[in-house]
Amino acid sequence: MNDLIQMTGIGKSFAGIIALQNTSLAIRPGEVHAIIGQNGAGKSTLIKILTGVYRRDEGEVRMNGKPLAISTPREAQDAGIATIYQELSLVPLRSVTENVVMGYEPRNRLGLIDWKAAHARTREILARFGVKVDVTRQLGSYSTAIQQLVAIARAVSLEAKLVIMDEATSSLDDQEIETLFSVVRNLRESGVAVLYISHFLDELYRICDRVTIMRDGRTVATHDVAQTTKLGLVSEMLGRDAREIQAVGLTALSGGHGQPGEVLLEAQDMRSRTGLRGASVTVRRREIVGLGGLLGSGRTEAARAIFGLDPLTGGRVVHHGGVRIDNPAQAIALGMGFLTEDRKADGIIPHMSVRENISLALLPRLRRLGAVDRARERKLAQHYIDALQIKTAGMEQPIRELSGGNQQKVLLARWLALEPEILILDEPTRGVDVGAKFEIQSIIRKQVAQGLAVLLISSEFEELVEGADRIVVLQDGRSVSELQNPGVTEDALIGAIAHQHERNVA
Amino acid sequence: MADTNTFDLRRYLKGGGHSFGVWAALVIVVLFGLMRYDNFGGAYNISSFLNYNAMFIVISVGMCFVILTGGIDLSVGSVAAFTSVVAAYLSPYGIQVALPGAVLAGLAIGGLNAFFVVAMRIPPFIATLATMLGAKGGALVISGAQTIAIDWESNFTKLGMEKAFGLLPWTIVITAVVVVALWIVLEFTSLGRTVLAVGGGEDATMMMGLGVARAKVFVYLLSGGCGGLAGVFLASGFGAGQPLEGVGWELSAIASVVVGGTLLTGGMGSVAATVAGALLLGLVFNILNFENGRGVISLSAYWQMVIRGGFLFAVILLQSQLTTRTRRAAE
Repeated sequence: MNDLIQMTGIGKSFAGIIALQNTSLAIRPGEVHAIIGQNGAGKSTLIKILTGVYRRDEGEVRMNGKPLAISTPREAQDAGIATIYQELSLVPLRSVTENVVMGYEPRNRLGLIDWKAAHARTREILARFGVKVDVTRQLGSYSTAIQQLVAIARAVSLEAKLVIMDEATSSLDDQEIETLFSVVRNLRESGVAVLYISHFLDELYRICDRVTIMRDGRTVATHDVAQTTKLGLVSEMLGRDAREIQAVGLTALSGGHGQPGEVLLEAQDMRSRTGLRGASVTVRRREIVGLGGLLGSGRTEAARAIFGLDPLTGGRVVHHGGVRIDNPAQAIALGMGFLTEDRKADGIIPHMSVRENISLALLPRLRRLGAVDRARERKLAQHYIDALQIKTAGMEQPIRELSGGNQQKVLLARWLALEPEILILDEPTRGVDVGAKFEIQSIIRKQVAQGLAVLLISSEFEELVEGADRIVVLQDGRSVSELQNPGVTEDALIGAIAHQHERNVA
Repeated sequence: MADTNTFDLRRYLKGGGHSFGVWAALVIVVLFGLMRYDNFGGAYNISSFLNYNAMFIVISVGMCFVILTGGIDLSVGSVAAFTSVVAAYLSPYGIQVALPGAVLAGLAIGGLNAFFVVAMRIPPFIATLATMLGAKGGALVISGAQTIAIDWESNFTKLGMEKAFGLLPWTIVITAVVVVALWIVLEFTSLGRTVLAVGGGEDATMMMGLGVARAKVFVYLLSGGCGGLAGVFLASGFGAGQPLEGVGWELSAIASVVVGGTLLTGGMGSVAATVAGALLLGLVFNILNFENGRGVISLSAYWQMVIRGGFLFAVILLQSQLTTRTRRAAE
């Protein structure tokens, strides 16, 4: 088969540091092609060269056999290469239609924008995806999933030959992912190639035809997905032996083997305006309690209520000291921490240094005569940079310059520095590469062994099943069952969630 | 290790890399003035320059704190006009009453801003626009739209004229004390760090249990208080309460803050660079006055404003060029 895109011998360096070296990538028309690799493996650099954001230093890009000279994103778009970014680059305040046709609006005889035709065209494309929305409404009034589909609709409307999806599913729930995948299949059938970048290996097996693995700025191999195993892919990504990885498991967690201590926190029959309708969780010392359930089942809401972020309308949260928790400051004072799901929005303070980001929550305790004790602050920051192996040029480096995995470690350090009794971890390894994921999981395991209690929320069943000592299953804001490790399997967890679901529907 | 305890100048300069442009421009302008005009470096010029610009420095520093939280305070000019009238009315009781009285009046308006922004959740731009109009109206009402002469018999007049410890006018000394105190607050206290954190990410700061509301109340009170102090300086400098003054001061203050490299979105900036920004904008007028004094050219106040605008643009351009270059070098 003739390749649609052929990138050969691509090299790129930034200020003398090599980002890509002799990299090759071939994409066939109408295939779903995945690129996987750890953060820093060169995935995004390669994509940005293909989409005209960066210029390559060496190598060649061909499209349908002809050399392709692209130096701006607009040229890439005109050549038929469309990109759907992780952070959507659409205009939320304008209508769905405007977002789809912007820059390429259909005109009438007077040369004015033909809105009727534009709306019809937008409606028609979205209908093909099985999406029925009011295209005249503001894009921002729809969910992220719809917005993502609109971005794809824009690509289709521009007659793209290749659609690049960068971490497209990272903020979607299961049902939305299903819709997205059917759209991807739809694209494939109509001959459009999809380049798919994801940290979730499971997704690969569900929709991708072929996979290219990148490591250290090179493409290591390309396989037919059907002929690979998850373990094989991970070992190629990490450059480590498959057997070595198998020995430690797919996650660095192992629940159900510790000896939980006394009860630290009891949340009973929590109800709230955020959708809790009777959720109960008990957390003991030295244990990891998982919160299982679909997105929207009330996992994050339960955690927020426990931390005093959202007021309860019923039920109660009792700390073992016998105190009710009403706000985050109080929760922190009682020895709790909350590593939030959205690292960018309510985690890092981007302009601040690694040092400042680590010490921020601890500041009230670092005061000496009203001023921040800088010497202690530096010692503390250095301690955690070493202990968690945070890769940074120094504690004064702004946190925004760190990779996702290292940012997450800094945030983990922030909470560990408070020496909490209970730590709530909401998707602690989402969007970080496999290597950092292992490291973060081992840090958590070590802390739990030393007495920390963890409330773990994760969309990855693997992480819950292998990690948690107990899993509380939530459904529509209610806690409906509890699974006890050892002995929990992924199937059992899925069964528990699905079973309850069926019963509720019936 | 010495590293943890000593003040590392190199690290400090590196951390303040975004404000390098304003310092460079300040040095260039000062050198230019020293070489071109005989009396530029003279004690009289320095003293009168600082005396006049003290009020702008004070409101700029207050504004800097507000902007660091991601807010804005449009009311400072009106606050200064209002409190200058308050100070003039109180001047017969002496400086020991007039100064605290005017500052309290400023704090009251700042408190109102804080209430609107923090308790009522009104966007700062709107809230302070309202108090800007209100304070302006208040100043006109209590003064009957007339300048209110200060009591020349009282010790209020000493503020801008008598030298503290025989060195510098009181105005300059008070300004220096305020600036140093606020520099310490921002750089060395957890309150200062919280102010920066709020501007960098309010949700994250709240999640960490830090006092977001407290930090915001602090910055609006501070800005109001700074406006009150500026009102005192205004009254003493002009010998009268000036209800019609203060128009556009908030924009000058914002300009000083921005020239100093503080991000308008908050989260990053410095007190020292803001002072440098205020000095720089003041110096442009100072130099144009000298130029007019040479008799070769004669620029009206209107043209001076145009030139100041162009200069502001040039400094910000220099600033952004330097920032992108250092960022590229870092990558």
